[in-house]
Amino acid sequence: MSIGLVFALAGAALAAATSGMGSAYGVGVAGQAAAGACTDNPDLFSKTLILQLLPGTQGIYGLLIAFICLSQIGIMGGNANTAMPLGTGLLYFAACIPVMIVEPISAMHQGRTSVACISMVSKKEETFGKSMIFPAMVETYAILALLISILAIFGVSALA
Amino acid sequence: MAEQYIYAVARIRSRELTLLNEAVISQLAAASSEEECLRLLNEKNWGNPELPSEEMFREEEKKTWDFIRELLPRQMEIFDVFRLEKDYHNLKAAVKESCIDGDHPGIFEEGGSISPKVIERAVAESDYDALPEAMREVAREAKETLLQTRDGQLCDVLIDRAALEAIRSAGEKSGVKLLSDYGELTCATGNIKTAVRAARTGKSRQFLEKALAPCRTLDVAELADAAAQGIDAVVAYLDHTEYADAIDELKTSVASFERWCDDRMIRTIQPQIHNPFGIDPIAAYIIARDIEIKTVRIILAAKRNGLPEEMLRERVREMYV
Repeated sequence: MSIGLVFALAGAALAAATSGMGSAYGVGVAGQAAAGACTDNPDLFSKTLILQLLPGTQGIYGLLIAFICLSQIGIMGGNANTAMPLGTGLLYFAACIPVMIVEPISAMHQGRTSVACISMVSKKEETFGKSMIFPAMVETYAILALLISILAIFGVSALA
Repeated sequence: MAEQYIYAVARIRSRELTLLNEAVISQLAAASSEEECLRLLNEKNWGNPELPSEEMFREEEKKTWDFIRELLPRQMEIFDVFRLEKDYHNLKAAVKESCIDGDHPGIFEEGGSISPKVIERAVAESDYDALPEAMREVAREAKETLLQTRDGQLCDVLIDRAALEAIRSAGEKSGVKLLSDYGELTCATGNIKTAVRAARTGKSRQFLEKALAPCRTLDVAELADAAAQGIDAVVAYLDHTEYADAIDELKTSVASFERWCDDRMIRTIQPQIHNPFGIDPIAAYIIARDIEIKTVRIILAAKRNGLPEEMLRERVREMYV
């Protein structure tokens, strides 16, 4: 087993793990706020649920990158390159870094923004449309990081 | 650990919708009678037309605290800063009751951090260990003073000072900026009120030393010196403090100054209306409810006594929402 493959696998695993942690935090805090808002006004359930789910996307992006990376290095197909050079392994690891770092941070910030927006909706229900925009803005950076990681992983595969 | 209050703050946000806003307060102030005010309040789910208004205020206070207890059942001590005033009021009542023969029903207030019965028994039996540490010494001193001198005012002064010290200390110990500011403002404005009253009644420097509680934003020794010289010296001293804005109100009346204190508190808590994290919005809600109840009490008393609307509007506080 080569150390290169270990690094590539670590990149995929960390991308899924850190993104999942960030999303769990974001969805968790937004869920607490949603529960608070719904206690006195259960009609807010559907609106607050949407706001709660927004920070969950980063976990999905992490999972996506992990899948792509695992399939490119052959772990998922059962044809893993056990002699992967260290340089290639490190390149895969580096390709996962944007998702590994940006997704958890953006998920936490998006969760906190969702909390603030749930407060806004519980005060003025008619602001729901506007309140969706604020957490959605945070998503931009999660998508940019996802894009770079996807391009980088396919780029490394082409090199290898 | 601001995250631990997210659920509670979200529920507070919903409850803030039920707070009386400026428009409702204006409607109450413009009402033709106390009965009309009570009807308007009843529409806002305040009290019950069958109950006397004092009972309604007790009920509203209870509603606030029941709600806070439901939200943070294991963190109620942090809000003791708001309940200490009642504890010390009950201490005053217990000390006086223990020195005067006879039964005096209705002198104790519910809603403090300690049961009035505990205070009453501790003072009656001189078993001060049953009281919280901060209260023991002042309870002993106040009772002995009243027994020896029969000077009720001196007894009140000792307990009022201890109350201000306790409120300020509880605010600081909470580690919550808003509660610390509340404690400091309560203590400083309490000192100012005492200094002004003392200056107007010509009290001695020695009396002022006993009456004024140390605080961060006022130099108590300077304030005592000024109060011993007269009201103009107090005003001149305050002009160099952060309470300079209150000078005009102080010159007008104590009621105007009290309104200034509440308005300043409302402005202090106002940013919390947009803050979804931390314990501060919960503390702000408690303060807002307290000022709301105080304002409604003033309006009802004014209607009962036929105070003109213009005079009433001068006494009505700013609202949180």
